[in-house]
Amino acid sequence: MNDPCAHCEEMMQPYLDHVLTDEEMAQAEAHLAECVDCRRRYKFEESLRIYVRKAVTEQIPAELREKLAALRIPLE
Amino acid sequence: MEADAEEAQRLATEARDRVRFEEDALALSDQVYRVARHLASSREDADELMQETYARAFRSWRSFQPGTNMRAWLLRILTNLNIDRGRRQQRAPQMQPLEANDYYLYDRLAENDDGISDEDRVVERLSQDDIVTALSAVPHDFRDAIVLVDLGDFSYADAAQILDIPVGTVMSRLHRGRRILKRELAESALEEAT
Repeated sequence: MNDPCAHCEEMMQPYLDHVLTDEEMAQAEAHLAECVDCRRRYKFEESLRIYVRKAVTEQIPAELREKLAALRIPLE
Repeated sequence: MEADAEEAQRLATEARDRVRFEEDALALSDQVYRVARHLASSREDADELMQETYARAFRSWRSFQPGTNMRAWLLRILTNLNIDRGRRQQRAPQMQPLEANDYYLYDRLAENDDGISDEDRVVERLSQDDIVTALSAVPHDFRDAIVLVDLGDFSYADAAQILDIPVGTVMSRLHRGRRILKRELAESALEEAT
């Protein structure tokens, strides 16, 4: 039998992307229910994704927004 | 005479459709920029790419099919322009990016275990600068997938269409890209700790 934590690590990204089959999902959840280490690492990955998204999100500069609006083709 | 009236009617309908198209496209500019900013290599590039994209979109608005995903359509134009203009230069194209396993970053951050078991707090050991720098260090092919799916909320299928690659390639680039990103983050977090 392979290391169940190593297998759970393999499943993490597809699990969080919701693309596992029902069977794989049940397998991952069964392991997560009993393994606090994997559970923590999954939780961390979820927080990381949200954190990364917040950290790199930039609003469109107001001047750029105006420049884009000025590119509209005038009505004849 | 009747033909003239029909033609006038047709032109009026077309003008109305075009104005609506332009308004819809402009309303999406904030969301498009959020993604474009990190598909481009710099803020200046993102600015130029956005303008070129919107100029092209306004010119070729007839090729947009109403009812389909306009945000994806705009980003497809933007991605093509980005590639055409050769803006996607790699810093070291021959170098294979380093990946770590998926648990690597957490394990490194949690190493100095000071009793913090809250995963949200562990994440806070990374600074905003670390994250921005780490993302820009991920090679383009991998970064494009992360940016579209994780920042832009595009499905694998939409990302595949935008990048003109198979869905399986999107998935593998996304998974590898996230590992490369975590490896970069672990590097910068460790540098700060020493």
